[in-house]
Amino acid sequence: MQQDLVERIKNNPKYEELVSKRASFSWILSIVMLVIYYAFILVIAFSPSVLGTPISDSSVITIGIPIGVAIIISAFILTGIYTVRANGEFDELSKQIKEEAK
Amino acid sequence: MRKSIFVWSAALLTVFAATGAMAAGALEGEAEKQPLNIPAIIMFLLFVAGTLGITYWAAQRTKTAKDFYTAGGGITGFQNGLAIAGDYMSAASFLGISALVYRSGYDGLIYSIGFLVGWPVILFLIAERLRNLGKYTFADVASYRLAQTPIRALSAFGALSVVLLYLIAQMVGAGQLIKLLFGLPYEYAVILVGILMIMYVTFGGMLATTWVQIIKAILLLSGATFMAVAVLHGFGYSFEALFQKAIEVKGTDAIMSPGGLVSDPISAISLGIALMLGTAGLPHILMRFFTVADAKEARKSVFYATGFIGYFYLLTFVIGFGAIVLVATNPEYLTPEGGLIGGNNMAAIHLAHAVGGDIFLGFISAVAFATILAVVSGLTLAGASAISHDLYASVFMRGQVNEAKEMAISKMATIVLGILAIILGIAFEKQNVAFMVGLAFAIAASANFPVLFLSMYWSKLTTNGAFLGGLLGLITAIVLVVTGPIVWVAILGNEEALFPYKYPALFSVTVAFVGIWLFSIMDNSERAKIDRDAFEAQDVRCQTGIGAEGAASH
Repeated sequence: MQQDLVERIKNNPKYEELVSKRASFSWILSIVMLVIYYAFILVIAFSPSVLGTPISDSSVITIGIPIGVAIIISAFILTGIYTVRANGEFDELSKQIKEEAK
Repeated sequence: MRKSIFVWSAALLTVFAATGAMAAGALEGEAEKQPLNIPAIIMFLLFVAGTLGITYWAAQRTKTAKDFYTAGGGITGFQNGLAIAGDYMSAASFLGISALVYRSGYDGLIYSIGFLVGWPVILFLIAERLRNLGKYTFADVASYRLAQTPIRALSAFGALSVVLLYLIAQMVGAGQLIKLLFGLPYEYAVILVGILMIMYVTFGGMLATTWVQIIKAILLLSGATFMAVAVLHGFGYSFEALFQKAIEVKGTDAIMSPGGLVSDPISAISLGIALMLGTAGLPHILMRFFTVADAKEARKSVFYATGFIGYFYLLTFVIGFGAIVLVATNPEYLTPEGGLIGGNNMAAIHLAHAVGGDIFLGFISAVAFATILAVVSGLTLAGASAISHDLYASVFMRGQVNEAKEMAISKMATIVLGILAIILGIAFEKQNVAFMVGLAFAIAASANFPVLFLSMYWSKLTTNGAFLGGLLGLITAIVLVVTGPIVWVAILGNEEALFPYKYPALFSVTVAFVGIWLFSIMDNSERAKIDRDAFEAQDVRCQTGIGAEGAASH
């Protein structure tokens, strides 16, 4: 890529906006996923019996099962949230930056 | 010319499969091998015929190197999502995870979750940058602003180690599974898989490989859905009743909570790192991001893939519990000692028979075979690209190469890798290969991932830093696996492991990142200045996709 094009894009305030918005969004979502997963793993490592508690007195289902299923679903929902915003808002900004750099 | 080679090899293969089936009949007395499974063989032949038809169609459309490596970049996000899920849902994960649930219940779910949570992080931090920077292989991205020769060589070495380890594990699994399911001799099964995969990849390139993967993913998801629904139907769609019965059969409610899979915090965290970062360093998975048109489609791919993979893991959990209530209670599937006929990994296969009879057993067996075939094809294509695109074109010829020659090398590499996979598959028949996938993930997480990640995110990364740090990570991963409990004790027969943990990723990934950081900041060479100065332009391309590879127009 030519240096003048790089300069022009970097000087566009929209570029700054795109980079900072997207970086904070993707890092926040990554941290959410990591916190969910490692909290789960640490409970298993240090206090596994917590996940073995039944959901009610009459049930054999332990809370570990809905929690596990919820983690799987949360992974899917998080990817959905990111994809919708990135394919909409971020790609729109990116398109404008490209137009203006011409 | 190409057409006639294709027709001839297809004809030879049919003859070969037929003699294989006959030979199997002659060998029926062998201990482990099962009687010839006719419905399974018919359904498998249908799959092979269909996929060879697709390969023929794809061969007409595979003309340029871009077609060969990336299907021309014309795969949609939804299709690619299915193909990625297909790459990830190997026979090992279908049979292995359902068997783990069958044996220890809840632990199977913990394992599945570890395999899944890497995907969102890949989407947030890697997918679109990779798509914006790369062309055919992940080494394109890792070496984008660094010196080509060392970084390509290291990446190709990392890619090939992962591919070969994975291939051996899949080949050995294929041989054993097919011996058991189809009643074919081990060597025949391995050779058959090898020849088919060479045909898919050399003739049809990425386009055929992707469609084989998509078809298999649909078959596997439908089959697994049918099994899970059939199990739940038997219990009036009540999980409570299913779990109640499973506890009754097992005689303990230990299956409803975490057991011995994750014993100490270090192992737990280390396994988590290996699964998460390893996924982001698997060459055959990373290559899939170049088959779509742009970053938008790349994101959609991961979204769909995460959905399919997550759904699949939920199904395997139900299937594992289904096997506890329907297989473990039926003497037809059990050895006199109370184990499963054919070994522990057969839980899902026996369940298929229990809920759907001989025909459905045949279907699931054929799907398991198809799964192996599709996964080894993807692996071989990734390995062949590392040889032709990274080693031959960039390292050996310094980029001075014409496309036709590069493609020819790629096809030769596919054939060599296929033959190597057959030989190694036969050589390792009696070996314990379970550690190989673990080692592959450790190498992917410790050598491929750190270099790839820092090349996109850290402006001060230099060629020397990436090369030395990546190499250190690679060596550490191998040494720690070899001296750890799985290889040092279980395979080499020593008393005590030199390195106490089963999963080395926590240590080897740390070594790689620290190594890369240290050697980069200490680097005062001329090259280091070029590397750092080139970050700005790379980052703009990364962020906006300006200059990124587009889709082919046809």
